[in-house]
Amino acid sequence: MQKILFQIARTGIISEPASAADESLRRIPGRLNDEVLRLLGRALAIRHVDAGSCNGCELEIHATNNPYYNLEGLGIKFVASPRHADMLLVTGPVSRNMEEALRRTYEAMPEPKLVVAIGDCGCDGGIFGENYASCGRVANVIPVDVAVPGCPPEPNAIIQGILTAVSVARG
Amino acid sequence: MLEPLPGAAPVWRARCDPGQWLAACLAIATAGGRLGSLWASDERDTGKERAGALGGYSVHALMVTYDGLLWLDLPVSAQVAGYPDLSGIFPCARRMQRAAFDLVGLRALAPDGTPPDSRGWLRHGAWSAAIHPLRRDLALTEQLAPGDPRYAFVAVEGEGVHEIAVGPVHAGIIEPGHFRFSIVGERVLRLEQRLGYKHKGIEKRFESMSLLEGARLAGRVSGDSTVAYAWAYAMALEGMAGVRPGSRALRLRALLLERERIANHLGDLGFIGNDGGLAFGLAQFSRLKEDLLRSNAALFGHRYMMDRIVPGGVAVDLETAGRDRLLAEADSLEAELRTLRAIYYDHAGLQDRCINCGRLSPKTAAALGVVGLAARASGHAMDARVHPGFAPYDEFVPKLASHRNGDVAARIVVRFEEILESLQLERSLLQALPKGELQVTLAEPPPGACGVGWVEGWRGEVLVALQAGPAGRVRRCHPHDPSWQNWPALEHAVLGNIVPDFPLINKSFNLSYAGADL
Ligand code: SF4
Repeated sequence: MQKILFQIARTGIISEPASAADESLRRIPGRLNDEVLRLLGRALAIRHVDAGSCNGCELEIHATNNPYYNLEGLGIKFVASPRHADMLLVTGPVSRNMEEALRRTYEAMPEPKLVVAIGDCGCDGGIFGENYASCGRVANVIPVDVAVPGCPPEPNAIIQGILTAVSVARG
Repeated sequence: MLEPLPGAAPVWRARCDPGQWLAACLAIATAGGRLGSLWASDERDTGKERAGALGGYSVHALMVTYDGLLWLDLPVSAQVAGYPDLSGIFPCARRMQRAAFDLVGLRALAPDGTPPDSRGWLRHGAWSAAIHPLRRDLALTEQLAPGDPRYAFVAVEGEGVHEIAVGPVHAGIIEPGHFRFSIVGERVLRLEQRLGYKHKGIEKRFESMSLLEGARLAGRVSGDSTVAYAWAYAMALEGMAGVRPGSRALRLRALLLERERIANHLGDLGFIGNDGGLAFGLAQFSRLKEDLLRSNAALFGHRYMMDRIVPGGVAVDLETAGRDRLLAEADSLEAELRTLRAIYYDHAGLQDRCINCGRLSPKTAAALGVVGLAARASGHAMDARVHPGFAPYDEFVPKLASHRNGDVAARIVVRFEEILESLQLERSLLQALPKGELQVTLAEPPPGACGVGWVEGWRGEVLVALQAGPAGRVRRCHPHDPSWQNWPALEHAVLGNIVPDFPLINKSFNLSYAGADL
């Protein structure tokens, strides 16, 4: 126990400030009204669905929870059920074998619901594109509010995408 | 007739008939060899096949023997479309054979003429059982009509037995797959996995690319092993083109591969600790992993080093300042690791969760043909870096970490040991980086040329079998993930354990869904 406490003290608090929202990532303007967004604030519950990624994007989503990015410190947490979620974070081109599971997960979420597509694959199908087994980009299957490019996008970019989706669109 | 294939991996190739196919596999199994990979291809378009009664299709197997790899080609006629089942000799052949049927339509048949398992593996409901998308008369973007999505799980009956079905979407940031547990009380009587959810047509996609473009796709078969895949693909292509990268490029490759190993092991140690009830471990190890990723970004321009290994060499270099940074990082990481290791090994709660949990005995591991880290934790000291020992590992031989217990605790120990050894390798490589070329140019391989890549990634051996088409295109590429062999082992490792220990056991294997779903 002593060793653990010593190590915690030695590590200290290393969390860094989060990046600001970026309107250029938004695909569907202002789907939620300001009032709802104000209520959601930054207490956000996210459900992640890997719809066919190479798993690279998952590595970076995991990283958003490490002590440097400390996503949970912003009041944003990943939840186990779509029924508890305000936002769906989707990676990968959507494989046809995951198409129905993704749709059902989306449908199981309570309104209002937001969708953020992660990675080049989520944005436009990426290197896999559309083929007999891949539906391509996430927006081909469910509505997408914000799409974050990158292969994989870095944790800061993912956080920025999440914050953009819940920020009030200006202008 | 054994024909040696040029390249860094020791491979011999032979054409055989069905009798020789079985006899060779039996002989190899008896001599302690195993099945590396199995796949099929459509060769109806080649003139030779069209003219002859033989062939039309082929099924291929890569066997791992003490002398290297044996690549067997068995021509299969379009009329028969069947070949002798290998799963009686190598149980891990089963899912590979099911995938080969889904994609190309060749059936593995037991001696009585029936398939050992006729259920689809990669084919769920997205296309019908009569369609085989890797056949050459189907276009990549063909819109296939949906087929029957039903799947018959094996039912376990008995008093008090009930089922828990989880997935494909799991409660966490995890790849999709389906697990069907049959349990009594809390104890697992049986686990049946159903995978293939991420199948996104990678092998077909390769065939629409040039050999050089294929390298990027290979690096995205399983993102967590991007370096291992990129290297295996490059190795296969360099073999076909008859070139060998220079010493500096090869050592830089090894540096990247060891850093990928360290990063993944750090991540896993954190998650295993977390699933074992020690959230402190996750915070600490994910911090160390992040430090490493940031150095990768600073020095190599990408946190996971994607596309940094390219056919012909590497797309990165390292200056003296970078070298010094990595040497300093190795020292501080080692010190941190020793502190955390002492905490993990002393922590009664964690040890209680991990010891004897999820045991995979050496005997079962051997029977199932388990590879990589999981094999080493179950008493089998195999590692492609040591044997066959591809360059530059012939000069930088790693000390193998292994353990006999085969439980979660053993897989933790092996990870700690391997990180320490990788740091040692990293130091040796950094201190012996010769001057020299980073890339050599590749001549276009002749159509039909074949190559094999064989690289020990952090999870286990990654194999790539590559064939050139005309004008520098990919004719066929089969990337093979070690998870093919190790997923079935997880079904065994959980038997008799309680359901709440499944996440911990699963994490201790940390297998790839993407890599095996293709
Ligand atoms: S965007 Fe890149 S890292 Fe993410 S799933 Fe696609 S290929 Fe993998």
